Amino acid sequence: MADLETFRAEAGAWLNANCPPEMRVPFDGEDAITWGGRNWVFRSEAEKVWLERMAAKGWTVPEWPREYGGASLSRDEAKVLREEMGKRKCRSPVESFGIWMLGPALLKYGSHEQKLEHLPKIARGEIRWCQGYSEPGAGSDLASLQTKAEDKGDHYLVNGQKIWTSYADKADWIFCLVRTNKDAPKHEGISFLLFDMASAGVTTAPITLISGASPFCQTFFSDVKVPKGNLVGQLDKGWDIAKYLLTHERDMIGGGSGGMFASRPLGQIAAQYAGQDGGVLEDGMLRAKIAQLELDAWAFSLAVDRGRDLAKAGQGLGAYSSVLKYYGAEVNKRALELVMDSMGSDALEWEGKRSKEGKTARDWLRTKANSIEGGTNEVQLNIIAKRILALPGA
Amino acid sequence: MPLVLTDEQEMMRDSARGFLAEHAPIAHFRKIRDSRDPLCFSRDLWKTMAEMGFAGVLVPEAFGGVGLGYVEAGIILEEAGRTLTPSPMLSTALVAVTVLARFASEAQKTALLPGIAKGERIVALAVDEGAKHKPEGIALSAKRAGNGFRLDGRKGFVLDGAAADTLIVAARTAGAPGEISGITLFLVDAKAKGVTAEQTIMVDNRNAARFTFEGVEVDGGAVIGEVDGGWAALEAGLNAGRAGAAAELVGAGGEVFERTVAYVRERKQFGKLIGEFQGLQHRLAHLYTEMEIARATSLKALQMLDEKPDAAGPYVALAKAKTGEIARLASQEGVQMHGGMGMTDDLDFGIFMKKIRVTQEIFGDANFHTDRIARLRGY
Repeated sequence: MADLETFRAEAGAWLNANCPPEMRVPFDGEDAITWGGRNWVFRSEAEKVWLERMAAKGWTVPEWPREYGGASLSRDEAKVLREEMGKRKCRSPVESFGIWMLGPALLKYGSHEQKLEHLPKIARGEIRWCQGYSEPGAGSDLASLQTKAEDKGDHYLVNGQKIWTSYADKADWIFCLVRTNKDAPKHEGISFLLFDMASAGVTTAPITLISGASPFCQTFFSDVKVPKGNLVGQLDKGWDIAKYLLTHERDMIGGGSGGMFASRPLGQIAAQYAGQDGGVLEDGMLRAKIAQLELDAWAFSLAVDRGRDLAKAGQGLGAYSSVLKYYGAEVNKRALELVMDSMGSDALEWEGKRSKEGKTARDWLRTKANSIEGGTNEVQLNIIAKRILALPGA
Repeated sequence: MPLVLTDEQEMMRDSARGFLAEHAPIAHFRKIRDSRDPLCFSRDLWKTMAEMGFAGVLVPEAFGGVGLGYVEAGIILEEAGRTLTPSPMLSTALVAVTVLARFASEAQKTALLPGIAKGERIVALAVDEGAKHKPEGIALSAKRAGNGFRLDGRKGFVLDGAAADTLIVAARTAGAPGEISGITLFLVDAKAKGVTAEQTIMVDNRNAARFTFEGVEVDGGAVIGEVDGGWAALEAGLNAGRAGAAAELVGAGGEVFERTVAYVRERKQFGKLIGEFQGLQHRLAHLYTEMEIARATSLKALQMLDEKPDAAGPYVALAKAKTGEIARLASQEGVQMHGGMGMTDDLDFGIFMKKIRVTQEIFGDANFHTDRIARLRGY
């Protein structure tokens, strides 16, 4: 513990000296995140310097091994670092699907060469990745995917279509599930391929959601040539990698590593719009719903902590990410419904400066995807029924 | 503190589970209930539980206890929730011991704590006066008389009241109902002149009582802590009871849940195991998720009582609210998924439902504690 406190003091001093003041302001939504990549345009010198300094220290991915761009920190040290950054409101220097999803999968399943090739670039924010999983005919039933990769001797030839590819139009590389054996049972003919989005034959088209513009795209592959060395793991054995990566995606969405579900001071919002009387909200029905939601959100954060502590104690369950993702998605959806209830017609404005172009309404609509992306809530319940409860036929 | 049990705590859970399975399975509860035992628990069993260190789990070693913490006390109650073991654990070993160990004088501790740790003395807290928990609403009056005080008023839903040797009575010495100042805690002999008990056996066969106090005289040595300043001690005792009840709810809810999962794996209808139906699978998966939420809140509340008792209040409120609602859902799903058999007294599910209904009412239900959090957060 003494070592940990020494580390805390050192990390704090380093952050004081190196985190620019402009980077000590909380994010205001996904748009403010530094995603990195070949075409990234830094919005300020501070953003650039902050990323460079953190990357040089290995602290963009503190738990990854040093040789792959991390700092080889222990879980406890990484937690201390997060706490010290939190105290100073330091922004995350870079966030990406490479850090959240591909990195952990490559660390487990990739070859040494693949790790050396890809991980440091993720750590430095140089290459931005997207995820080629869902297809028009393969949503919840992901393993029925049809995008195929044919063995052409010195390369694979990829043809097909992906959908819901977040930021495909901005990404440099894709990690992609492809069918390499159409005769095998559906889970046993899938492989995990990496390729450059600048390859000939790759095109993308953005999708407009009910909330307006969105990061989601359709992605088309027409005779895309992929070098053989870009196969991760064994041919036809990609499903295990796909599932492992999905648990990290659910953790990311559900809150296992920071979380996408920001808490909002709902009681204060409601007080501002719906009025207070004697220290309690005038609208008693709304007050009860908000209080119940706030308890659930708080209980959820404790369950996230417990999930992390169980894993650390070696009592973790792989499917716990499904528990958190399911519950977190429901809490977040309820929270935004209550924001809408609290703000009334002010929340319904869709255009103009006052509403920040309808930010509240767009946030509300965006949350409806929480229980769909990364596996629908129904799929999460199926996973819990099968893998934790071992129910028959699940 | 990580939100998992330590190795020592896991061992304690195994030993409590083993002990209760052997000495106090549900058959023991049924025997007590069906024989209409007026005490509603077994004094012999409680003595044996005391020998195991359960009664004195929170009593400091200097007073004959084992001096462990709330997490350990919660482990015992969680296991007792699984076996529906009737005992004065909650009233005496958690609530009364918390009040006494933290707020009583040396003389009071010496007089009471060793007997509690031995399983010989039952001490019950008399706080509520109406059907719903409202501790700041105390009206029972204590007026100065001679060297002491004179108590007049009523109390209800006093857990283990009919078995108690000693009562901790929350009385108003100043101010008006609704105010938290002006409340004083008194130690009152349950057999004192002017004390009348009416036993009220509850739906789950729990021993409780209504009390009438008519001109009950106590001397100055009966006051716990400061006159007019009893709120902190009362809150501490209530929070210990709430966290203990939360642990009991996790145990009872968890037992019902596990038995129900086992049942749908073997019950056949329409030529299929009913656990194959997605209509049940999703409800059980949802319940599993809720139970994990309940576990996290309960353990956190107990840990906070051990580590930062003065900051534990909101965590305890969260735990009592969530475990009450979730255990109730578990008991309802348990009965429903067992169909007609779930409604019979032969199966245990109705008994769990009754136990959970009473436990979630003790020291404030989910509505009470949810309201508390909202007030704390300024709305």
